This record gives sequence, structure tokens and C-alpha cells, in this order.
Amino acid sequence: MKNKMTVVEGSYAVAHSVKVCKPNVISAYPITPQTHIVEDLSQFVADGEIDCEYMNVESEFSAISALIGASAVGARTYSSTTSQGLALMHEALFNASGMRLPIVMTVVNRALSAPINIWNDQQDSISQRDTGWIQLYAEDVQESADMTPQIFKLAEDKDVLLPAMSCMDGFILSHVYEPVILLEQDLTDEFLPQFEPEFILDPANPMSFGAFADPTTYTEFRYRQEEAMGVALKKIETLANEFNDIYGRYYGGLVDGYMLDDAEIVVMAMGSVIGTVKDTIDMLRKDGVSVGLLKVRSFRPFPVDAVRKALKNAKIIITLDKNISVGKNEGALCTEVKACLHNTKMRIPVIGFMLGHGGRDIPMGTIVNIVDKAKAAMKTDSFIESGFADLREDL
Amino acid sequence: MKTGTSLLAPGHRGCAGCCDALAGRFLLDALGKDCIVVSPTGCLEVFTTPYPESSWGVPWIHSLFENAAAVASGVEAALKALGRKNNTKVVSIGGDGATLDIGLQAISGAFERGHDLTYVCVDNEAYMNTGVQRSSATPLYANTTTSPSGRESRGNPLHKKNMPAIMAAHGSPYVATASVSYAPDLMKKIKRAAEIEGPTYVHIHAPCCTGWGFDSSKTIEVGRLAVETAMWPMYEMENGEVTKVRKIKDRKPVEEYLKVQKRFKHLFTKDGAREEVKKIQELADWNAKHFGLE
Repeated sequence: MKNKMTVVEGSYAVAHSVKVCKPNVISAYPITPQTHIVEDLSQFVADGEIDCEYMNVESEFSAISALIGASAVGARTYSSTTSQGLALMHEALFNASGMRLPIVMTVVNRALSAPINIWNDQQDSISQRDTGWIQLYAEDVQESADMTPQIFKLAEDKDVLLPAMSCMDGFILSHVYEPVILLEQDLTDEFLPQFEPEFILDPANPMSFGAFADPTTYTEFRYRQEEAMGVALKKIETLANEFNDIYGRYYGGLVDGYMLDDAEIVVMAMGSVIGTVKDTIDMLRKDGVSVGLLKVRSFRPFPVDAVRKALKNAKIIITLDKNISVGKNEGALCTEVKACLHNTKMRIPVIGFMLGHGGRDIPMGTIVNIVDKAKAAMKTDSFIESGFADLREDL
Repeated sequence: MKTGTSLLAPGHRGCAGCCDALAGRFLLDALGKDCIVVSPTGCLEVFTTPYPESSWGVPWIHSLFENAAAVASGVEAALKALGRKNNTKVVSIGGDGATLDIGLQAISGAFERGHDLTYVCVDNEAYMNTGVQRSSATPLYANTTTSPSGRESRGNPLHKKNMPAIMAAHGSPYVATASVSYAPDLMKKIKRAAEIEGPTYVHIHAPCCTGWGFDSSKTIEVGRLAVETAMWPMYEMENGEVTKVRKIKDRKPVEEYLKVQKRFKHLFTKDGAREEVKKIQELADWNAKHFGLE
């Protein structure tokens, strides 16, 4: 029976999606809250449900490094990690994207140490912004599950060939049990073609990977990566539609709007906080507040045109960030949104709020307070500088 | 010796008398075409692949400084997963810094996982690619740019790390030491290491004329002196036991090896050898006794 809902843990839903995508090599290291994904995948391997090489490596650094080798041989490759593990991979992330190896990784978003904290925020993946990896953010478990084949197809597209992170909020999505449609094998086989790269390590046709490029050639490697990100921008939209045609589910392409078209106040966010924002909007709309949502699915490539287009009727913009650039007092989404509006005739105030760090809960009241501040700023025609939205007064 | 037909093409940017270039050439002469080579960052990687050129006549990948063994293990896993392993040998060749220092953890992991690969260390006893800084393979009292001799220093104060023993302790079925100065022996060991299933290790002693301070025509000679003085014992280990050693006839005093290199110049005054030379002689004596070289 198609579209049968099953109540499973978020991690299981993603692991199941990985299974039906049939990776050849999985290499991973356990770390909270990603652990359940690799445990579930190991069980699939142990039960013979997935035919792949599963590597229990000694660190996240080796997890990603092994996949660099495997991907260069022509394997479909997968890992998942979080937080400190992703930070440990940092150097190799640049290397994978520079060699144009379409490794796919689920990043279960979590805060970074110190102080040590295992709970959710998005500082980990945001801190890898410039590594040349595609970054998509999922709103709920079903979207995380559905993002997996989309991101394999995107990364492995011959005109893209970039590694990609599918980001899901730690615990809030990874550990929640909710009704999900587990991806069907036959539909996934229809949606996701085999990975058949043109350039591989093969004794029959020797090639060199990872050569030394001096100042006369280095720039063009970076330029080509940027070009590929441009292609990815278009493909993300196309793939979301293709996915919808086959599976009948759609979450927006690069961005998605909710009560957006007539909204004076537009809240922008990424990840699981979207659900809370939607509920808050429903409530505020009943009180006559003109508020809507612009969900950002793709953070890299950043959808500059799509964001500009979606914001054209906004009077004031609120960005929500579960990360901070310490020393700038704002989060990454805030910076990006400001930057993409700057070289236009659009003069819309942007208020950046940082919240939910280290797993701090984001109740609807926090969003209501934020919207109230925006309303006040709009009324008095004043600006509000970015800052934390949920600081405790007693600490 | 094959030269014009070598799978490591000439025209690379290696120094005259380069030990790495010799090791790379001997490696491919021994392995032939059916292999995939993984190089960590280092001299060999840099001078053989100035984009858009490459000396490598076999598939080759360089990722980072510290991850060659992990990359190689991924190569091997992918070949198996894709049904392409057949007789293809997966070999990593890296310097002493990449092997004994920064890449040690990845090597340990790859050997523990038991991949069918061979890791080759080309040991020139310091970070030559960045300008002769000390590594954990630098021998006692050697002068490097980060362990210089001075009024209160006789150079590197620490002993060379015993990497072959570490690899043997991982349960490797085959561990061997070799030298670029003994090419047939070296190639025989590489071949044997590649043929044996599982993670195998060959540690090649490789005199660097620029880093050690000797004339570029003397690379082979200096390497031979290291072996003839027992400063570099040559042996093979199978499953943790020494099974073969290269015997030395008329072992030479270490002074003959030390005196031809500028990195040990501070150990000699116009009145003769300083007492540190005695300590180095003791190390050679220990090697000779421990491995039964005489």
C-alpha cells in the first residue's frame, strides 16, 4: 500500500531513506545526537537489507577521508555526523568539494563546545558555510527523509558534482517519533539514477586527483565550484518538482512561503523552528497581524533571487538564527538576507534575532514577542539592531 | 633498471638526487599498472603533480596531509563494494611526517580495520617539504631547523620513533624496512607486501641531500652507510616476528655515516668526536645485537 504512515523515530526515517538510496560505501563515527542513524544503518547491513561496505572508522576525520577515497573510485557515499564531529571534518570538507566528490552527509544539528552541550542549534553546519558543500535544511522528519534522495541526485548530477549536507535539527527531529511515510524502494529507484561518474580512479584509465595548483590555475578551480553552485540553484527547484511528481510531496524548492503574499511582517528561518513559526502565524493572523513566513531550504547555494522575489511586498523582515557570528552579534541568515537586499532598490529593515542556542526551547511566546518588536519598529519607523531573543535575565 | 618506461614519468620537479623520486619509481616498478596510489601531502605529492601535469602513470589521489591511510581504506572498500577489487593493489606512499606524526591515527585505524592495502613510508627523517623541520622520525642529535644545535643544544634531543614496531603491534601480517640504496631488495619487499592480503607496511630509509646536507650525487652512498653502520637495520617481520634480516659484513663505526652529513656536523670538533657520537654508536650496537645483524 502506498503512502502508508508509520510511527518511527526521525533517525530511523532518515536511515531508511539512505537504505533505499543504495549507497555503496558508508563510513561513520558515533556522536550524539546522530548516533541512531548509523546504528540503524548498521542494523540494515547486519540484516542483509543493504548491500554496501560499512566502515566503522576511528574518527569523523577518517569517516570523511575514507569517503573521499571511495567517491573518487566511483562509489555512492554516505556519512552522517554532528557538532564536534563536523568541526573535526572541517579540513576534509574543503578537500571533498575541491575535488568535486559528491559525498552526501546528514548533519544532525547540535551546539558546539565550550561549554559542552549536546542539544540542538545550528552553529555546527553554519560554521561550515564556506567549505563548498551544498546545505539544505529540513523542517520536519518527513522532509528530512524526503530530502535524502533529492540531495543524492543533486550532488551526483554531472553538472553539479558537489558534496552536500542534509541538515536536520538534533533531538527535535532526530529523536522525535512521528508518523512518517517511509520511502518506497520502487519509487526511489525511479527517482534516483545510479551514480556513474565520468572521472574515477581506475587502473584501466589512470587519472590524477588532488594535484598541486599554483597561482596561475588555483582561482579557476574555485570559480568552477561557484559555477556548479549556480547550476545547483536551478536543480534544487527542478528536483523538488520531480520528487513531487513521483512521491506526491513538496516542501518548496529553494524557499517556501507561508501566508507570505500579503504579509507586511515576514519571518525568515531554517529548520524545525518553522513549525512553531507557522503555528504562531496562525494565531497572530486571527488577531489581524499581517505576518507571514519565508522558509529557507537552501542555505548553500544561497537563493538570492528567490529571496528577493519572495520579499518584494514585505515591510519589515525578521530573521531567526540558531547560531551567532560572535563579534558581529548576529546570525548567518540575518547577514545573508541583509547582503542580498543591499544592491537593490529594496529598502526593507531586517531585524535579526538569535535564539534556541544549545537546545533552549523556542515557545510560541518567544516568536510573539519578536513579532511585537517588529510591529513597534514598523509603527515608529525605527530600526532595531540584531541580538538575542531569549536571554535569561537571572543569569 | 627500467627508466624510460617507468610508470613515474620523468620531468617532475624533484631535486637532483631526490630520495622520494627514487622511492616512487621503485614503487611503481615493483607494482606495475594494476594499482591505485594514495599520497599524503609531501615532497613526492607536490613535485609529481604540478597541475595540469602529472608524473603518475597509474591512478593516483592526494587528499590531505594526515588522512592518506583513511583515503586508501575508502578506495579499497569502494573497489570491493563495486566488484572491482580483483587484483588491484591499493598502496599509500607518504613521508615520515605524514606517517609517524600527523597521520598516525588514520594509519592505526586502517590497519585495525584490516583493509587489504600496503602503506609505504619514505622516511627522510624530517619535514623536508616545508624546510627541514624536526619530525618524530628525526634521529637523536640531528640538526634540523626546529631542533637546531646551539650553545645549549646538540640538536634533536629525542629518539626516533620505532614505527615498524608499532605497525607490527597492530597485527600486520607483513612489516619490512628497506632503503632506497638497495633497490632490488626494496622492490622485492614492496611486491611481497602488496601480494600479502591485509594491511602491510614497508618503511624505506631515504637520505635527503638538501635536508641532511650532502652532495646530490651521494644519496645512494649515504643510504648504504646507514645500513653498513647498523644505523638503519633492514629486516622483515611476519605476524609480529622478525623472519629475515640483512646481515652486515665488517660493520663500520657510526662516525663514517655521521661525518658525511651536515646535520651532524656539530657533533665533531677539531679535536674529534663529541661524546654524543658514543651514544649514537650505542644505538647502532643495540640494533646490531637486537636484530642479529652480524
